[in-house]
Amino acid sequence: VENVRLLDRLSSRRAVVGTLYLTATHVIFVENGSDTRKETWVLHSQISSIEKQATTATGCPLLIRCKNFQVIHLVIPQERDCHDVYISLIRLARPVKYEELYCFSFNPKLDKEEREQGWKLVDLNEEYNRMGVPNNYWQISDVNRDYGVCDSYPTEVYVPKSATAHIIVGSSKFRSRRRFPALSYYCKGNNASICRSSQPLSGFSARCLEDEQMLQAIRKANPGSDFIYVVDTRPKLNAMANRAAGKGYENEDNYSNIKFQFIGIENIHVMRNSLQKMLEVCELKSPSMSDFLWGLENSGWLKHIKAIMDAGIFIAKAVAEEGVSVLVHCSDGWDRTAQVCSVASLLLDPYYRTMKGFMVLIEKDWVSFGHKFNHRYGNLDGDPKEISPVIDQFIDCVWQLMEQFPCAFEFNERFLIHIQHHIYSCQFGNFLCNSQKERRELKIKERTYSLWAHLWKNRADYLNPLYRSDHSQTQGTLHPQIAPCNFLYKFWSGMYNRFEKGLHPRQSVTDYLMAVKEETQQLEEELEVLQERLANLQKSKSGNNKVKSKQQDRSKQFGLYTSNNSLANTPQEYSNDLKSFPSRSPSQGDEDSALILTQDNLKSSDPDLSANSDQESGVEDLSCRSPSGGGCLPSEDSGKDSDEAVFLAG
Amino acid sequence: TNEWRLSCVNKEFSVCPSYPPVVIVPKSIDDEALRKVALFRHGGRFPVLSYYHKKNGMAMMRSSQPLTGTNGRRCKEDEKLINATLCSGRRGFVIDTRPLTVAQQARAKGGGFEQEVHYPQWRRIHKYIERFHILQESFIKLVEACNDQSHNMDRWLSKLEASNWLTHIKELLTAACLAAQCIDREGASVLVHGSEGTDSTLQVTSLAQIILDPRCRTIHGFEALVVREWLQAGHPFQQRCAQSAYSNSKQKWEAPVFLLFLECVWQIHRQFPCSFEFNEQFLIMLFEHAYASQFGTFLGNNENERAKLKLPQKTMSLWSWVNRPEELSRFQNPLYEANSLVIWPSVAPQSLQLWEGVFLRWNRPSKFLEEAEEERINIIKYNKELQARVNMLRRQLAEMETGEEVQEE
Repeated sequence: VENVRLLDRLSSRRAVVGTLYLTATHVIFVENGSDTRKETWVLHSQISSIEKQATTATGCPLLIRCKNFQVIHLVIPQERDCHDVYISLIRLARPVKYEELYCFSFNPKLDKEEREQGWKLVDLNEEYNRMGVPNNYWQISDVNRDYGVCDSYPTEVYVPKSATAHIIVGSSKFRSRRRFPALSYYCKGNNASICRSSQPLSGFSARCLEDEQMLQAIRKANPGSDFIYVVDTRPKLNAMANRAAGKGYENEDNYSNIKFQFIGIENIHVMRNSLQKMLEVCELKSPSMSDFLWGLENSGWLKHIKAIMDAGIFIAKAVAEEGVSVLVHCSDGWDRTAQVCSVASLLLDPYYRTMKGFMVLIEKDWVSFGHKFNHRYGNLDGDPKEISPVIDQFIDCVWQLMEQFPCAFEFNERFLIHIQHHIYSCQFGNFLCNSQKERRELKIKERTYSLWAHLWKNRADYLNPLYRSDHSQTQGTLHPQIAPCNFLYKFWSGMYNRFEKGLHPRQSVTDYLMAVKEETQQLEEELEVLQERLANLQKSKSGNNKVKSKQQDRSKQFGLYTSNNSLANTPQEYSNDLKSFPSRSPSQGDEDSALILTQDNLKSSDPDLSANSDQESGVEDLSCRSPSGGGCLPSEDSGKDSDEAVFLAG
Repeated sequence: TNEWRLSCVNKEFSVCPSYPPVVIVPKSIDDEALRKVALFRHGGRFPVLSYYHKKNGMAMMRSSQPLTGTNGRRCKEDEKLINATLCSGRRGFVIDTRPLTVAQQARAKGGGFEQEVHYPQWRRIHKYIERFHILQESFIKLVEACNDQSHNMDRWLSKLEASNWLTHIKELLTAACLAAQCIDREGASVLVHGSEGTDSTLQVTSLAQIILDPRCRTIHGFEALVVREWLQAGHPFQQRCAQSAYSNSKQKWEAPVFLLFLECVWQIHRQFPCSFEFNEQFLIMLFEHAYASQFGTFLGNNENERAKLKLPQKTMSLWSWVNRPEELSRFQNPLYEANSLVIWPSVAPQSLQLWEGVFLRWNRPSKFLEEAEEERINIIKYNKELQARVNMLRRQLAEMETGEEVQEE
């Protein structure tokens, strides 16, 4: 469709005209602009909702909201065209078969071996070995070999050695969806562990001997402690309501030596609405400070984040400080349980705060234990009531921790944002389906690529420059403050206003330090070369020969020197961004040239945008490209809007 | 320059008690005219130069409100003075930090604003900035919220919202951006005033300079800015910074005007972390000394009072202490790279944050953040060391090689 206008959210004057293309996998908008021809690519699977608004004199507006928090506002001149686009997008954004998803057609031009290598990057067996199991207390159980006991669990699960197959099967029959207690994290230092399950089918009075034995076995697997915590992550009311349906929670009287604890994290429906409300606030055109804070509070988002963190902190404390094992469950044990277990693991074990470890953690607590990626993130057309930002909340929690412990994580904010992006993108096979069983049936590993390999290949982009493996923050357990610390939880504009670069700090400390570090490394290398040559020179001074080769050497050296220099200058380039401030001054011409400059700069500095060169090796990152491109375009601050009004009216 | 001159008309503090003895005024206006203008301006604060934008020769002036009163008094000299700052045919903007209604009400008390008919080359913009007791109330509420010991997330956010503190930050930054925009983008001169010209006026003019002038983002430049735009310009520190947030008795003159300014600088700093030579600690240090200090710098309400108290003779200056190398190193921003451009901050709510370094200083765990800062410093220090060593070796090598070539020849 031609002559489509892409509107800027913050200012109607910033519209650009271009052509809209729909392909089998992407929505592509190409600007008409003569030299740059900026393109905006959006994967169909990123589309969360499409809204057709009432036709106006200028055309028919179409609003596309994406799952990675991008909002695209198009105006299509012909109502009929708009309707066609609308209908096609609705169809394209909601595929019914897995085979329609992008990962099955995505080809980064890697050979078979490389793809297999990619899938092997994260190996859970290796991970359990790293934790220290199997050992005297824990063993691998093959009871779920053909998914015979629980179809949403992995085939290989770790259970206490004293739990026989009979106990496991018995316990599974007493648990919602047969998700019996299994090991999530084992603490080598003191034998304490975190186990996970679903709720027991206790109703008002039912008991199950095997289930009681199962919990007993978990306790015995930690000889240092005479009780275990059972943490129900639901609000007490919800758990009690479940009893009427024959489900519920553990009765302390029936289980020997357990301490039962509720931690009120709300269910997926509350969370879905909360995010919805917060995004509405993010979308406000020119909110006042009160609008924003009030809306943020009203959404309850930060309250929910804090609840999840509190649960994680409680468990980490039990394991690390008290040396007590914990069994965690919610209703089905695949949403809140996954959040809480992974937050606790992250706090406990520095390994999960490395790049590789974080991949392993998601693979372990989310992918392998049957978090329903397909349902929660709407990969295929499904029940909208199943959709909920469960893993988004976990990623938000990680970011909150990164803010509090700036040196503790090997990776940076960008790493989290890109993982979030790809959970929805369906470009890689990792997060397809609802369980390991479904993924095996679809032969995901043979037919798609792994995100982890892709991220690992580009790991230089995701490094936190402040991370040092020998720093105190990278050792042992993290202890976030629990006392009155509401102010520690903050709104993450880098995520939820990700595509409005104008709102973010214009200079990135991370990027700056990364450039400095890279330069440092080159300097180190050069220093070595220089020292060597100096030594050689001193040696050869007596023999004074080989002048020619030396001169060659020198020219080489010179090359290195210049490249060094240009690198040293990179941080300064950011300052060009500054020019791009809004200003709706009449001097438009001047302004535009500044903008073009900025876009070029951003292309080199922002990996999201740098994907241009990637075009041949597959379209991968193009999908991340922001529509606002230069990003600084929207920096026309809302506040300034009103100024202008005064300007004109005054 | 050609258009401006120094005037000693206020040598004995007789024309304007809250101005310094020497001020900068348009060259074409003589001292006699200045005296007349002073009578027409609240507290004698006639328009003086605050900032000269070298890039395009535009000027920012500040003053107090004109005393037009209800019958619309005029003052030919005032009109002449203001117009003298305009190049021929150019227009200027008057930024009034009061809303129109307040400005209109001020007429009843003898104050007022510039009528467009009498100042045809000027456009008036009202940009409201909260003052005095409203700010103080907001400040008290905010500190209360920060010290709230409850575990409730909602309560924290609603208290933060109810304090309105961040709203004031947003308003002030917006007004400063507007002033800067008029000068840099519109190429127009600007006159800023509120009613007295000792509070919101100074906030706006000094913040606009942070945005426009790279020098103000250096340590010495910022010190000079504080001296020029706050101390010499007669911000009544003694009245404003007496009790801080814990005053029970309602102090009539108490208001966190200077703190608000510092916080806005911090907000800009946060958005441009590499463009300032000083760090957050420097701003916090200034905040503390404004309220309680062993130095005489922030004592008194204006230069006149300080001269009478003989402070320069009796007390030490804060700057002489800060500028010693061993102290200075504590306030340096390791990420600083001189940035000669105008920096335009975002004023959207998503871009503004509470200044934790001040308000949550005693409540938040700061150890990890300090460690991070240390790490940053080390990374950059190591880089610089290496650079120096590489350069040294390079030079050595070059010397040896040339020596050798000479030998060979």
